[in-house]
This record gives sequence, C-alpha cells and structure tokens, in this order.
Amino acid sequence: MKKRILWRVVLIGVTVILAAVFFLPNTPFFKEMPDWWTKNMPDKGITLGLDLQGGIHLVFEVEGEKAVEITTERIAQSLKDSLSKKKLNAEITSKGLLITVAPSSMEIRKAIEDNYLVLTPVETGTNIVYTISDKEAKRIKDNAADQALETIRNRIDQFGVAEPTIHRQGTNEIVVQLPGIKDPKRAVEIIGKTAQLEFKIVDDASPVAAEIPATVAPGEEEAVLKKFAEKIPADDEILFEKKVNMETGAVRKIPILVKKQAALTGDLLKEAKVNIDSSMSGYPYVSISFNAAGAKLFDEVTAANVKKRLAIVLDNTVYSAPEIKERISGGSAQITGSFSMEEAKDLAIVLRAGALPAPMKMLQNVTVGPSLGTDSIEAGKRAGIIGTLLVVIFMIVYYRLSGVIADFALAFNIILLLGAMASLNATLTMPGIAGIILAIGMAVDSNVLMFERIRDELRAGKTPRVAVDSGYKKAFWTIFDSHVTVLITAAVLFQFGTGPIKGFAVTLSLGVAINLFTALVGTKTVFDIIFSKKEVKRLSI
Amino acid sequence: MIEILKNTKIDFMGKRNYAFILSGTLFLLGMVAIVQIALGRANLGVDFSGGTAVQIKFAQHVSLSEIRKTLDEGGLKDFDLQDLPAENKILIRVKKEEAKLGGFSEKIIEALSKRFSDKTPVIDSTTEIGPKVGARLRKDALWAILMATAGLLIYVGWRFRLRFGIGATIAALHDVLVVVGLLYIMGREFNLIIVSALLAIAGYSLTDTVVVFDRTRENMKVRHKEPLETVMNASINEVLPRTVITSLTTIFAALALFIFGGEVIHDFALAMIMGIIIGTYSTMFIASPIVLLWGRKKTFARRP
Repeated sequence: MKKRILWRVVLIGVTVILAAVFFLPNTPFFKEMPDWWTKNMPDKGITLGLDLQGGIHLVFEVEGEKAVEITTERIAQSLKDSLSKKKLNAEITSKGLLITVAPSSMEIRKAIEDNYLVLTPVETGTNIVYTISDKEAKRIKDNAADQALETIRNRIDQFGVAEPTIHRQGTNEIVVQLPGIKDPKRAVEIIGKTAQLEFKIVDDASPVAAEIPATVAPGEEEAVLKKFAEKIPADDEILFEKKVNMETGAVRKIPILVKKQAALTGDLLKEAKVNIDSSMSGYPYVSISFNAAGAKLFDEVTAANVKKRLAIVLDNTVYSAPEIKERISGGSAQITGSFSMEEAKDLAIVLRAGALPAPMKMLQNVTVGPSLGTDSIEAGKRAGIIGTLLVVIFMIVYYRLSGVIADFALAFNIILLLGAMASLNATLTMPGIAGIILAIGMAVDSNVLMFERIRDELRAGKTPRVAVDSGYKKAFWTIFDSHVTVLITAAVLFQFGTGPIKGFAVTLSLGVAINLFTALVGTKTVFDIIFSKKEVKRLSI
Repeated sequence: MIEILKNTKIDFMGKRNYAFILSGTLFLLGMVAIVQIALGRANLGVDFSGGTAVQIKFAQHVSLSEIRKTLDEGGLKDFDLQDLPAENKILIRVKKEEAKLGGFSEKIIEALSKRFSDKTPVIDSTTEIGPKVGARLRKDALWAILMATAGLLIYVGWRFRLRFGIGATIAALHDVLVVVGLLYIMGREFNLIIVSALLAIAGYSLTDTVVVFDRTRENMKVRHKEPLETVMNASINEVLPRTVITSLTTIFAALALFIFGGEVIHDFALAMIMGIIIGTYSTMFIASPIVLLWGRKKTFARRP
C-alpha cells in the first residue's frame, strides 16, 4: 500500500475512534467502562433538547422602568428625611419618575443638588421637578437585569434541576430552560414571582403586640388578621414568620406586628453570606453588608431603634427578626442566633435573592411534557433507520459495488456527525433529528456527482483508474459550491434560530461539512485501495 | 449498470414559456399567501401570532364536538381545535393575546381534565407566547429569509457571474414561494419549524441549480461557438441523472420523516418533499431560462 493511501486510512481510523469516544456517553456501554475511563474521558455526549426530554423554556422581561420608579420613590423618602434634619421646610412628592419639591428656594436646591448627584432638574418654577439622570437610570436598569438573573439562579438552585440554562438575552430579557422538570407549573410560579426584600421595624412596644397569639397553625393567618385588623395602629401591619420544627417537621406560623413603612429595602443590600463563629459557640451566622446609601440609612435606622427587632421580610413573609443590639455604622452587620447551617444558608439566599427590586413579566412559556419527548425520540429513530435503509439499498441497487463504497462513506458520515455533535456537547432537538435525516439523504449527493462523472469518463473510453481520478477532480468544485450554499442557509438559520431551530441548523451544517470530508477522503481512499492491489479492468459502478 | 435517463435530449429551454406560465401562476399564489400571512389571515402558529396552544393526549378517542362543548362551558372563546386522531391527541389554540401569560392554558387544562378524567388526559405541551415575542419572531423569520437570499446571491454571483446569481436566487425564491402557496392552500400551519424547512428548501434548490450552472460553465469553455441556449440544454441533460438520483435519495429521507417521524415534524417533512420536487423542476425549467432572459449577450463564467 502506498504511503499516501496509508495515512488516509489512518486518518479515517483515528476520526472514527475519536467519534466513538465522544459518543460513548450516549450509549449504554458507558456505564460498563472501567473507572479510569469514566473519570478521564469525555462524559457529556449529546444533550437532548427540551422538546425531546420534556421541560420548560421561559422568557422573562425585567421591567427596569419600574426599578427606576421604585428608586425614585426611595430617593424622595430620603430627601424628606435629610431636609427635615437640616430644618428646611419643603413639601416633597414623588410620582412615577418625577420628584416635585416645593418651594424652590436656592437653599433647598443647594441642599438637594450637592447631596443627590443622581438627580437632575427637569423643570424649575415655583416648584422644582427632579428626575433620576439618564446615566443613573440606565445603571439601575442594568443592575435590575443582573440581579434578576442572579435571583432566578438562586431560586432554581433551590429546586435542584440537573442542567438548567439561565442567561440574559438582549438588555432586559432572561431566558430560563429547565429540562426534565416534574412540576412545571410550580416552577413557573416560583421563578416568575416578583420578590421584594424589606427590613421592617418590629413594633413590640405597641400594646397590641402582647395580645397577638405566639403561634398559630398554618391556615389560621386570615383569622388573626381579621381579628386584629381594627386594633392595630394605622401604620402597623401583621406579618407571619414560618417556623419548621426540625425534629417533627411540624409547621407553625408566628404573627409579628411590624411597621408598614420599610426601614430599608433589599436593593441597598450588597452582600449576604454564611460564616461560622469559630471562636465562641460554633454557630453559623449570616453577615450582611450594605452599599453606601444603605450603610448610611442602616446607621440611622439602627441608631434610632436600639433594642428593637428588625424583621427581614421577603414577599410579605418574615424570615427572621433579629434584635438590634447597638448602633451599627459602616454598613456591615451580623445576624446571629441559634441557626442551624441550613437555616443560615436559607436566610442568606433569601437576602441575596430578595434583593431584586424590579418585577418581571413572562413573555414566553413553552412547556413540553415528558411523554411527547419520548414519542418524538422513538419516531425520530424509526424515521432515521428507515430513511437510511432506503438510501443505502437504492445506492447498492443503482451503483453496485460503488454503491457499497458510497454506503461506507455514508456510515462514516453518520459516525462522524454523531461524534462531532457529542464533542461539542450539542443539543439534539426534533428538528435536529430531521436535519440529520435530511443530511443523510443529501450526503450521497457528493458520491452521486462523482459516480456520474466517472461514468461519463468511462463512456469516453478511459480506464477505470483514470476515470476515477479525473471524475473526482472534475466533481470537486461542484461539490464544494453546492455544499457552501447549504452552509450559508444553515448559518443564517443558526443566527436567527431559537432552541429547536438552532438544533436543525447545527445538525444540517455539521452534516454538510463532514460530508465534504467523507466524500472526498472516504470514498476516494477505498477506490485507491482497490486500484493499488491490481490492475482493474472493469469498474462496478 | 442500471442507468436512468441515459443520453437524454430533452429541450428544457424550449419549454420555458410553458414553465414561466405555470411558475408565474404558482408564484402569484405564493405572493397571495405571503400577503395573507402578513395580514394575519393565514393559519399562523402561536409562535408567530402570539397566544396559547395546548396539546393534550387522551387514553381513548374524544370527539372534537365534546371538547368544544366542554371549553365553551368553561368560558373560553375564540379557540381553534385540531385533532390527531391516530394518537388521540387534540391541539387547542387561543390566538387572543392576553395581558398576563398563563390564564388560558390553565383554564383549558382545568376544564378538560375535570370533564374527561376517565380518559386520563396527559398534557403533551403548552406554549404561551406574548405579543412582543410573536412580533419579534415574525420579524426574525423575515430577516432570516432576506439574509439567506442575500448571502446566496452574493456567493453564487461571486462564484459565477451576477446574472447566474440572480437566476439561481430567483429559482430558489420561486421554490420557497410555491411551497408557501401550496401550504397555504392546504391550510397548514405556518410556524418556526416551517420557516426552517423553507430555508432548507432554498439551500437544497440552490445546490441543485449550482450543479447545473457548474456544468454549463464547463461546457461553455469547450463549446463557446454554440448559442448559450444549446449549451444550457445540453448541460441540464448531462446532469439530469444526478439531479434525479439526488432528489430521489433526499425524498426517501424526507418521506421516512413524513410517515414515521411523528407529529412534530410531519408538516416540516411535507414542506421538504414539496420543496425537493419543486426545486428539481425549477432547476430544469426555471433557473437557466431566467439567466437567458436576463441578457442574451455572451457573458459567461470565469474561474474554474
């Protein structure tokens, strides 16, 4: 065998082995492999798309505009406080994105504009109207989207889906894919919920607080609220804390009387994490830190409320209500108590995940049940096998021995395609399966082109060997051009495609690109091997 | 050696006027379909129209009229029903856009699972598309088709000459439009999967055409004294076996998908089969005649 042929045979062998190694995780044999294999060799393979394994695909829009509105409202509140501290008499109202300050004296303007750099005046007269600067508004919107992404991540982590995909799309959209989830309705509810984290002062000093029952059973909250609706001070409300008995699993609800007005909101929170108190008790605690504005506010709040409790409220549920032991300056605090590690972790998650000020709106929800996916896979397999058989038989009947060679190239093509998809950890969707099957139908085209050329050359009286060589040469550019045209459409599909369509683009383009290789290297090598053995007088084509 | 269509001498170019009449008619049909789609009067899938689609599988047959009655009683309005009787599946679509997603699918599922609890309904899939996403997907699909057309025009124009690029692109557009027209008449649903089938058809049709042009270019070098029309005819005849065989093998694959590939891919396969047949026809009867129509002067290919 000539050297040239030999290295092509080696190349074919190596690519087939590589393809097999990459594809192995998709076969039952992977489990049978020894430990060193499963640990060191590729273990991902081809992932099934949502349409094949069931699951949900959600697209949310983060309503950044609302985050700016909420921030505006907070700034207005902070303005009120700081002006009254400076003994400046001004009426401040906020509506939507605007804060109106009256009257518009120089003194008030200076006090506001020196301290609140994010505000820009949009209208001056007897009143001044401020709005948040464009730059700041953009920053808030960006943050809102980032935080929403983080929040969703946290929430999804909590219910343990094997391989979730969560990513930002455009400036304000978030795409969530949860394959194989069992209760899609619940997942949608949990993820889509708008969370608002607030810190509220507990009003233990009010005489009503003493009357409230210590705990109630779940389901009795309404009754408690009704009973005390008239009694509680106008600026107070009753919220509930959920307590689970670690040993018995029994759930109790603890009603807590808090101030309606939030002392601090979640967006001021920078970080929350679990630490272990190594020196003393060994109990875990949660340390939190605020941003600059938050630190200032936290300082004020703690100074004014020493010995009172501060409730951590997420979506109107109290998660913890630690006591403020002393004034805390500098913006970092520790929440201690006899937490278990789990409780501390949960609290940190609530704090972090709850720091989302912007509500989300669901734009798209595609849910596929597991049974449809299984049906689709079975149907795809069946169609693939039957389609391939039809093509294989046709080629043998029509081109005889050369048809067998073309079928060899086809098999080579399928193996490489699966291997390539597995090596890229590509996602296989139902349209993707259609792409593979179509690629199989089109794969023989290169060989058909060549064989027809070879037949032409044979008819012109050339020897089989010369006919094959010149047939290949002449067909090359045609094959190249025809493949590129398909690749262009596949590239466009890939660009525009969402989920399933992208899968089609991937399999079709990989199939076509690999076909270029198998047709030009695969079949030609077989012909060369045949010709290298002996003088061939007749070619079965 | 089995040979089909050996040494044919069919006068493809001579039949171009008939082909133009036939294709013109089908082309117009396609245009009508496009206008209807744009006006939202065609059968658009929820991914384009926005709205809700729920597919439910029952253990036994349930008649459409029963479902209709149940949903009416459940307070739902303006829904379409479609059944896949072979698998006892029902597809319910509500195209009205809702302010908040989720309302319709819940109502549908609730009403049906209560009424047909004895027939163990299983929810195959639910799709809820907000108006914003529907509009964006429509726009994206249009862009994809335009981008693909431009890309192909540029490539073929570069590899051959502009008029060949134009001939090939018009032929491919023709194929896509005719398939759109046929799908419209058959009342099939237009959705994202169909758009990808249409793009695949454009790619396939172009491949077919490029092979013929390639042969024409090659023949022009040897037979440069003959009129272009003669050379084109000869070239189409020369590659005819390849055109037919490749179309056959691809149709085999598409047919397998159509019959065995399941409901999700059924219409996709149907579009592909029609596209392959029409693409093969346009390669023979439309692409080359259009190049001829564009200018009779001798301007043929360069590069090998």
